Parts: sequence; structure tokens; C-alpha cells
Amino acid sequence: MSEQRYYQDVRKGDEVTPLVKVPTTTQLVKWAGAVGDYMPIHYDQDYARSRGLEGVIAHGQLIGAFLGQLMTDWVGEQGSLRKLSCSYKGMNYPGEVVTLRGKVTGKYIRGGEHFVECSVWAENPKGEKTASGMATVMLPSRVDKKRKGRIRRWARD
Amino acid sequence: MAETLSGIEKLKGKVGVAWKPREYLIEGEMIRRFARAVGDTNPLWKDGNIAPPTFILSVGFEQFVEDLMNLTPFNTVLMGSTEIESYQPMKLGDVITVVFKISHLRERKGQTGKMVFMTFDSTYKNKEQALVAKCRQMVIGY
Repeated sequence: MSEQRYYQDVRKGDEVTPLVKVPTTTQLVKWAGAVGDYMPIHYDQDYARSRGLEGVIAHGQLIGAFLGQLMTDWVGEQGSLRKLSCSYKGMNYPGEVVTLRGKVTGKYIRGGEHFVECSVWAENPKGEKTASGMATVMLPSRVDKKRKGRIRRWARD
Repeated sequence: MAETLSGIEKLKGKVGVAWKPREYLIEGEMIRRFARAVGDTNPLWKDGNIAPPTFILSVGFEQFVEDLMNLTPFNTVLMGSTEIESYQPMKLGDVITVVFKISHLRERKGQTGKMVFMTFDSTYKNKEQALVAKCRQMVIGY
């Protein structure tokens, strides 16, 4: 995992480090088992086609979980994902690349915690947004560390 | 589609009513299996002690879909949207009480017949009755 990101490192308009996934039919089955979602449109090609789809599709929630990973990767060990919303607008088919992206839309301090808001979305290989929403994350602050350091130095002197 | 229609009436009667609470014990392998399914190799959830925030999607979901299908036997249920609020991470050994509720329901005529748009709210509380997370999802049944 990369170095810890701090609240002060982040500016409005910054890009969240993209995450690239290629869900396979195997991954869809693993997801089905992990969450207990056994809708046949996610594993039965004939059934999916009979329901008006091109073929089996990735679970919307799996794309949601990818967006969750996009953010938990980005905030590092000391940050946390507090809120995630996404609307599923299009289908993601197994074998196709899904690129998860985000952009910082704002930052604020509330109740002593440092928050960053991002718009987040998933893109298919055509560059179409198949899911989009918002994420609110908490990041650690460098200021707290400096202050502690100053206090320690002051106590030492 | 007569049976579907009567099922929808049953569902309509449930709008605003909390479903029966169900308890789930969070085991390490549930967390690891979830992370593997996402392909998320973050060391934070690797040992199965702490779950990623989206893990709540797996807690009680199977039972929820079963309850939903028992009321209304939809052919297909598609996810419209997901909204998660996480107040603290779910952890190994947590006993989580999940409560689902339909907040909104509306019917619409779609290409393949009647479609039902439903908004579900779910809450996740630990043994200390602290709210660990909540979730709102819109699903489309047809």
C-alpha cells in the first residue's frame, strides 16, 4: 500500500488514484456466494438473454464494492470511508474493463475530524459511466502530528 | 402475472413497516471471502479482523432477498442504487442485528410488463445497540 495520505495533501479537483478491474464470470460467482445474491442474470447466459440483456451482467453492488475499494485504497490505513452512494446507470459485462475513478469536490472539518468529499464513478471500455455517486472519507491531519511534535519539543527544552 | 400482482399488494402493505430483526455473527472467513470476491487485497481486512465498509452489503442480504421473493415472486431484481453510511467498522466476533424496511414503493409500466421500484432501508446494530452502519438501496423488480 502507498504512503499515508493526509487532509492537507488534498485539494479540490484532485483526482483519486484510479482502480482498474476486469470482473470475470468466476468473480461474479464468488461475489454471488460472498453476499448471497443468486439472481440468475449474473450467472445464467440463457436466462439473462431471456430477460432482455446481452448476457450475464456484473452485480451492481459489486461495482459499488469496487468504488468502496477505490476509496479505502486512497485514504490509507489511517483514513476511513464514512459514506458511499452510487446509482447504477448501465451494465458492466464480465471480461470488460471497469475503471473506477473519483475527483475531490470539497473538504471540511467537523467535530474535530477532517473530511474529504469526492464524486466517484465507474467507466466501461467505451468511457461511459455505468455507475456514479459520492463518497465522504475521513483523513488524518498533519497538523495534529506537528502540534504533538511541538509539545514534545517544548517539554524536552 | 396475476400472482405477481397479488404479491405486490402484500409488499405494499409492508411499506414503512420494519421487518423481523435478524442476528448475524461476523466470522473471519466471511470478511476474507468478501474481500476475495471484490479482489480487494488491502492488508486491513486480510486477517479477517476488520471488515471493509461495503461488507455490510453481505450481512443479511440473502435472507432479505428470500423474504422479498416470498412476498412477491419477481423474475428479476435489479439494483438501482446503493447508499452506505458507516459509523464504525464491523469486526470479527460482532453480533449484528439487521432490520430491513421498505420506505417507498411505486409501480410503473415497463417494456416487459409491470415494474416495481422499491427503496429499502436497513440498519446494522451491534450487541451494545450501537448503530454500526445503515444502508439505503433502490431495487427494481419485474
